Amino acid sequence: MGSGTGLGRVRGLGSAKSGSHHWWQQRVTAVGNILLVLWFIISMVRLPVADHAAMVAWLASPWAAVPMALLIINVFWHFRLGLQVVIEDYVHGGMRIFTLGLLHVWTFGMGAYALFSIFKIAFTGAPA
Amino acid sequence: MARNTARPLSPHLTIWKWGPHMTVSILNRMMGVGLATVGVLALTLWLVALASGPEAYKDFMDLATGWFGYVVAVGLSFAFFLHLCAGLRHFVMDAGAGFELVTNRMWAWGSIIAPVLLTAGLWLFIFWGMI
Repeated sequence: MGSGTGLGRVRGLGSAKSGSHHWWQQRVTAVGNILLVLWFIISMVRLPVADHAAMVAWLASPWAAVPMALLIINVFWHFRLGLQVVIEDYVHGGMRIFTLGLLHVWTFGMGAYALFSIFKIAFTGAPA
Repeated sequence: MARNTARPLSPHLTIWKWGPHMTVSILNRMMGVGLATVGVLALTLWLVALASGPEAYKDFMDLATGWFGYVVAVGLSFAFFLHLCAGLRHFVMDAGAGFELVTNRMWAWGSIIAPVLLTAGLWLFIFWGMI
């Protein structure tokens, strides 16, 4: 049973039991973000040249394409959870429903473009 | 949601003396929102430009290496480092530690000052490499 009062549970006002799951996923993806984004920053800074050919050659390697795809999934997962909390704190009523819908479109729309771009380079770019 | 105006509101933000823990809290949230909007847009545009070919990538890099691009890039790196430091502070507090007044104040200031130094260090390193 949940942690709400007996009356709250009877009224269906108790915990929805998804709050701790949301919180925990935020922490797990946060740890992943530390590793993946630091890897990305260090990789970028260490690249000797930044022209198109050099970048494609770098991203076409499995050692860059896979962590980059993981970075997109992990970062997008983390920011979707975080922005949801921000929206739920500040936006109310019908606007909240609309904004949360917009958040889904933003997350999955941009995520699809980012992942497609990585895979396109990984599958058609120069071999590692 | 309708509020019964005959009932008192609980004391909220206005009664507290502003402190560094409140500053790092709201900065962490603002930087998170900035990374999730501007940062995600910049990262995705970069990947799409890279996958679209040399012309599109050159257009992106011309914008990214202009003054506007550098302002956005420095801003995003600061936002990342602040979100990182404030997030690490959260891990400690999630474990139930660091709530003593002096300790909490010290790490709150640390979470604001460290990202400034990290951002300066990163860009000094980048421009050092360019020279």
